[in-house]
Amino acid sequence: MGEALLEVDDLHTHFHLKNKVVRAVNGVSFSVRRGEIVGIAGESGAGKSVACLSILRLVPYPGRIERGRILLTGQDLLRKSERQMRELRGQTVSMVFEDPLNSLDPAFRVGDLISEALILHKALSKREARRKASDLLRLVGIPDPEGRLDNYAHELSGGMQQRVMIAIALSCDPALLIADNPTTALDVTIQIQILDLVKQLRDRLGMGVLWITHDLGVVAKLCDRVVIMYAGEVMEQGDVYGVLKRPRHPYTRRLIDALPKLGRPEQRLMPIEGRPPDPANLPAGCPFAPRCYKARPECEAHDVPLMGAGDGRAVRCLFPED
Amino acid sequence: MSVVNARLKERATQTTAAVAAEASMFRRPSEWRIFWEAFSQDRLALAAAALIGFVCLAAALAPVLSPYDPTVGDNSLRLAPLGTAGHVLGLDGQGRDILSRLLWGGRVSLAIALLPVAVASLISVFLGLVAGFFGGKVDMLIMRTLDVFFAFPAVLLAVAIAGVLGPGMLNVMLSITIVLIPYISRVAYMATVTVKNELFVDQARVSGARPRQILFHHILPNTLSPVIVYGSTLVGIMIVLGAGLSFLGLGITPPKPDWGIMCADGRNFLLVAPHVSAVPGVMLILVAMSFNIVGDGLRDALDPKLRR
Repeated sequence: MGEALLEVDDLHTHFHLKNKVVRAVNGVSFSVRRGEIVGIAGESGAGKSVACLSILRLVPYPGRIERGRILLTGQDLLRKSERQMRELRGQTVSMVFEDPLNSLDPAFRVGDLISEALILHKALSKREARRKASDLLRLVGIPDPEGRLDNYAHELSGGMQQRVMIAIALSCDPALLIADNPTTALDVTIQIQILDLVKQLRDRLGMGVLWITHDLGVVAKLCDRVVIMYAGEVMEQGDVYGVLKRPRHPYTRRLIDALPKLGRPEQRLMPIEGRPPDPANLPAGCPFAPRCYKARPECEAHDVPLMGAGDGRAVRCLFPED
Repeated sequence: MSVVNARLKERATQTTAAVAAEASMFRRPSEWRIFWEAFSQDRLALAAAALIGFVCLAAALAPVLSPYDPTVGDNSLRLAPLGTAGHVLGLDGQGRDILSRLLWGGRVSLAIALLPVAVASLISVFLGLVAGFFGGKVDMLIMRTLDVFFAFPAVLLAVAIAGVLGPGMLNVMLSITIVLIPYISRVAYMATVTVKNELFVDQARVSGARPRQILFHHILPNTLSPVIVYGSTLVGIMIVLGAGLSFLGLGITPPKPDWGIMCADGRNFLLVAPHVSAVPGVMLILVAMSFNIVGDGLRDALDPKLRR
């Protein structure tokens, strides 16, 4: 594991609607090192995607980054001009979306889509870009890459489309790859192939990966470290094995309990009662307290800090599991 | 050609993968060729395009092709029916050769319909794109200004503008252009707003594309098909509108022909000599329909998803 590549510190991203403020991300801190795959897991609406869009400074209107600090390869992204950010996007940091078909422009051939960023950032000629594009398709494991260059996205299968997305994201050798749920639209066998591919590429290219998912299975298979988010806050983070094997935060524990387990068909799944708080109206104290089996009055009295536990683990809980 | 391809293939299989990659660079057919292959499979569109081409060519060559002067009549043969010797399409109420008038009139009618639709489409696509993409104040300014035009019935507005500008073919075309802009702009605007929110636009942003690049590279090509289809349906209507303006004395002045005026001229003899109105009428319908069909065919052939 190399030096720190991305450091997000106390990030707050809020959406200012007409008569309320939706606090989607509330003081999130995490980091990604070179060559490391970090997963961000949590329920829908936990603020995972908004946190990642904040890194790219592409939070959609009316969202705004309120405060915090984002360091990417030592550069403070929140102090960059829009022009400087455009230089970084696609080149230093790139992103893969959840829905590959709709993320690939239907009016373009695959080869031209991959070439676009190369021509933009690396000032390659069309011909050079085309050659590089076919190399990239080969890199992401697409058979007959030269033949595929002239296909349109809708002519490819879902798995192939996602590979193309990854090829586009990797085209300018980014230091950091952000992937927002990239395997949810794929069936399980293709999902495994994509996960293996990302791991291989990480080993070969040494980039850092930030992987957003709500599937703890994917986290277990792919990630080195995991950040568990809930209601716009980090609940727990640490190395994958530790967090999944011995969760310290009650929320993490309930997430794991809610997963079906192979070989134990008789065991009922344990849903987490209740629903996440309204991000426009967050309760005081721990946001999970109303649903927590360990909650005591002091949980809701004041904000709970994220406490380090020495071994790289950090937990935001007054009464963590041991 | 096939020999060259075979050579390339042979070389590719024999030598290294690099050569194979090199050869494949030549395998890609041009965009134009792909478009043509897709379009020519649509037989109906092809026939319609041929008809439009034929009519345009004939109109353009009217000075050469026209057998008679379209403005001078032969009173002895007034209202002579189709197939009269020397006058295949008969003669009108003032004894003028209908074929000659059809040829000359086509110049006016086609120009009055095609040019304004084309110019208005260009302007509208630009306005719609800018308003839809930038949103906010720009959107308000452009779209609300265009909304003002919707307050007036289109024909009335055209009459008013043409009336202010005075009679003449150029003025009619200008007034039709102005009338069309709000309508086509709406279509372009709606398409832009839809496309703007597509994920592939975010994808382009994430890749660091400049706004200009996103607008013209990614959004523009995806908004063209509704505009093409809508514009092509307008052509037929505009021939009729142009004829209406001429009828009111705002367009070209008699005795010069245009298809609309020819239809109108024949209305007094509908029972005695229906061909005086019917011949230009049929032409109008054929051309208008052809434009619609070609518009649909263009959309299908230009959209990679709709190609077979």
